[in-house]
Amino acid sequence: MTARERIAGSVANYVDERTGAAKWMKKNLTKVFPDHWSFLLGEIALYSFVILLLSGTFLTFWFDPSQREVIYDGSYEPLQGLEMSAAYASTLDISFEIRGGLLMRQIHHWAALIFMAAIVVHLMRVYFTGAFRKPREFNWIIGVGLLTLGIVEGFLGYSLPDDLLSGTGIRIAEAIIQALPLVGSYLAFFAFGGAFPGEAFIPRIYTVHVLLLPGAFLALITVHLMLVWYQKHTQYPGPGRTEKNVVGYPLLPVYMAKAGGFFFIVFGVTAFLGAVASINPIWLYGPYTPAQVSAGSQPDWYMGWLDGLVRMAPPLESYIFGYTISWNILIPGLIVPGILFTGMALYPFIESWITGDKREHHLLDRPRNAPNRTALGVMSLTFMLVALINGGNDIIATTFDLTINQIMWFSRIGIFVLPPLAFVITKRLCLSLQRADRELVLHGRETGRLVMMPHGEFVEVHEPISPEKAWLLTQHEQNPPLALEESDLRGVRRPGVLKNKLRARLSKAHAVSIPKATAEDLKEIEHH
Amino acid sequence: MSNEIEAIKDPGLPAHVHRRADTDPKAAKKAERQVAILFLLSALGTITLIGSYIFIPQNVFIFFPVLGNTNAHQLFLGLGMAASLFFIGMGAIHWAKTLMPDEEVVIQRHEFRSPDEDRADFIRTAKEGAAAAGLGRRSLIKRSLGLSLGLVGLSPLILLRDLGPLPGNSLTKTSWKAGTRLVTDPGDRPIRPEDMEVGAVAQTLPAVVLAPGEHRKLSDIAKDAVLLIRLRPEEFNLDAERLSWTHEGIIAFSKICSHMGCAVALYEQQTKHLLCPCHQSTFDVTRAAKVIFGPAARPLPQLAITVDSEGYLVAQSPFNEPVGPSFWERSS
Repeated sequence: MTARERIAGSVANYVDERTGAAKWMKKNLTKVFPDHWSFLLGEIALYSFVILLLSGTFLTFWFDPSQREVIYDGSYEPLQGLEMSAAYASTLDISFEIRGGLLMRQIHHWAALIFMAAIVVHLMRVYFTGAFRKPREFNWIIGVGLLTLGIVEGFLGYSLPDDLLSGTGIRIAEAIIQALPLVGSYLAFFAFGGAFPGEAFIPRIYTVHVLLLPGAFLALITVHLMLVWYQKHTQYPGPGRTEKNVVGYPLLPVYMAKAGGFFFIVFGVTAFLGAVASINPIWLYGPYTPAQVSAGSQPDWYMGWLDGLVRMAPPLESYIFGYTISWNILIPGLIVPGILFTGMALYPFIESWITGDKREHHLLDRPRNAPNRTALGVMSLTFMLVALINGGNDIIATTFDLTINQIMWFSRIGIFVLPPLAFVITKRLCLSLQRADRELVLHGRETGRLVMMPHGEFVEVHEPISPEKAWLLTQHEQNPPLALEESDLRGVRRPGVLKNKLRARLSKAHAVSIPKATAEDLKEIEHH
Repeated sequence: MSNEIEAIKDPGLPAHVHRRADTDPKAAKKAERQVAILFLLSALGTITLIGSYIFIPQNVFIFFPVLGNTNAHQLFLGLGMAASLFFIGMGAIHWAKTLMPDEEVVIQRHEFRSPDEDRADFIRTAKEGAAAAGLGRRSLIKRSLGLSLGLVGLSPLILLRDLGPLPGNSLTKTSWKAGTRLVTDPGDRPIRPEDMEVGAVAQTLPAVVLAPGEHRKLSDIAKDAVLLIRLRPEEFNLDAERLSWTHEGIIAFSKICSHMGCAVALYEQQTKHLLCPCHQSTFDVTRAAKVIFGPAARPLPQLAITVDSEGYLVAQSPFNEPVGPSFWERSS
């Protein structure tokens, strides 16, 4: 035994005698993680969160979250002598006086954009592969919660510098609060400590941004990861991979090296962006004043869809018994997002109700093999995309020489027409891909080699695909739709007929598929 | 269904294919060197970072294609930091991919559901616990506990009451009164009609008396901002009352959007439209800021103006409706 081993041994002994950690570590150091690039998306979100904590802590050392008026006397000449809030002035100081301050600000903002993008793409991966199915519904809901909190946290974060652009964003948020029926103006006055903008809001959202929400994030991320750990990761289908096993690399050393290395890569790329790509140059916007605004006011990308919905809303307000209900704010600002996010959170339960499937699933679906789910996902994304496009309608109008009216009407009609169209097209595409899979298994791969038959006919030579590939293309289940009888054996109508009818119809739509190739099909072909 | 028809068989895990570094010591040595080079590049990055921090002054700008004029201090600090992090990651992953075992391992999953006897035990324990506490029998305790817990939940709500004052009539009142002069923002200079040419726009605020060192409150500006626009009087398409609110072709509107409160700052001189850059609500100046496009449901409130005895523009009367975005208590 070398000296080093002796020291390590005595440390391990010290810890284990007090915690019994060795047993747990022994089991978990050999834990297996399946390998796939799409499993890295959630990791990017996690690492961006760590980067946000580190860079954010740096920023708090100099940022002064106060709306007290000060006269700017820093080194940025165009703003010297101007009245502004201490929040804005200290953000300028971080950008111009503190060495590395601008870099950290830019890293922080880029990391926030990457954090949100990674969450969204990770969510898409989980959705389209059916990873949210039993037993992972809890984690799906936590994920939806993290996405929602992320949007709020990002908005509060870019609102803190109190520049003209972010102040405009706060004004809009205030208008949404104020539009709430019954309690709106009271809530707005409580949130802002009086009339907008007041001097209380920035200090308050600072506490929420650096303490409350990061705490909530830490708690939710911890549970999210513990569940992944405990339930073991899902895996893509393939030869030797079943619902009962996990095929992959052990935590020690391979996964640790790869995941740890990946953290540094994500951090490095974010730092590179912070070094070369300017983001949120607040010194160009000037301090906030409610009487001014800059043309082309845009929120960060993850808020863009919400802004786009608000922009395309019809000018509707109701005046009832002397009270005002602002549909033009409530529908796009609260009701539609509320429906979308609630629907998203409940989707695992909706799908399991439709299919009647209550079993555990650890093998992922290929998106084409769940055409209804895939089509619904593309439909939702199309909705978001149209909303996002409309959120940038002013920028698009000036860039492509269109009028804002054209884009607005495209969005107003498109938001209703394009998502259903996307649904139909995606479902067709999925079924076509299933058909292609079937062809491939039965008739093999086209080689591009043409052969002339003795009687003069030209045929293309097909080569059989490997057993591994054939397995991958046929391993999925194809379950029949739910059989829900309208009446029982004695012909008495069951209760809840309408509900059952809906369920049966949805189940039928969900089960539509091209029959996969079977061994019998193959045998039959061989006979010919 | 798939059970009845014979499915295609799972061929099982494919055989492991060795990498060159697994069999060829030379290749393994080469991979080791590559990993070491990557780690050394990271060290170089940190040295760049330290050097930039100490030696590059903050006011040096250098030109790079694509990037344009760039602050050298910030750029090299960032590039050094990026390299120091990125190459640690690259090194670790290259190490894992070339030299660590790449044979896939299979472990078994276990059902999450507890065995039936454990579940039964749990239910028994829970029931016994509840019975021991007497929760079912002692309804007085249960009810009084429910009451007190519910009341405890109220205290944080009560304690948050002082977050802000009640709105009162703050949302419906502005600083404008009959006879208040319109002054330029910025500059606080009163305006005569002849100061404005046809087609001109002026951003104004109400004249207020401020003590030395006192500033206008932003929350006042958020309600008081008014936009003056001068047209030819014949260009207006207004009823008699609204026409009487204008003065020699000068018309005044609240600058705060009736939709969500942004500053309606874009005036198109040709079409005589006011456009809010936030959500593109468009108002027709000739028709008392009627909404002609976008999500706003109401025209911008119009301020009745005239001139005082010294010939300066003043408000005839306060706004006759609340300015800014809608709220529940707003009556029209």
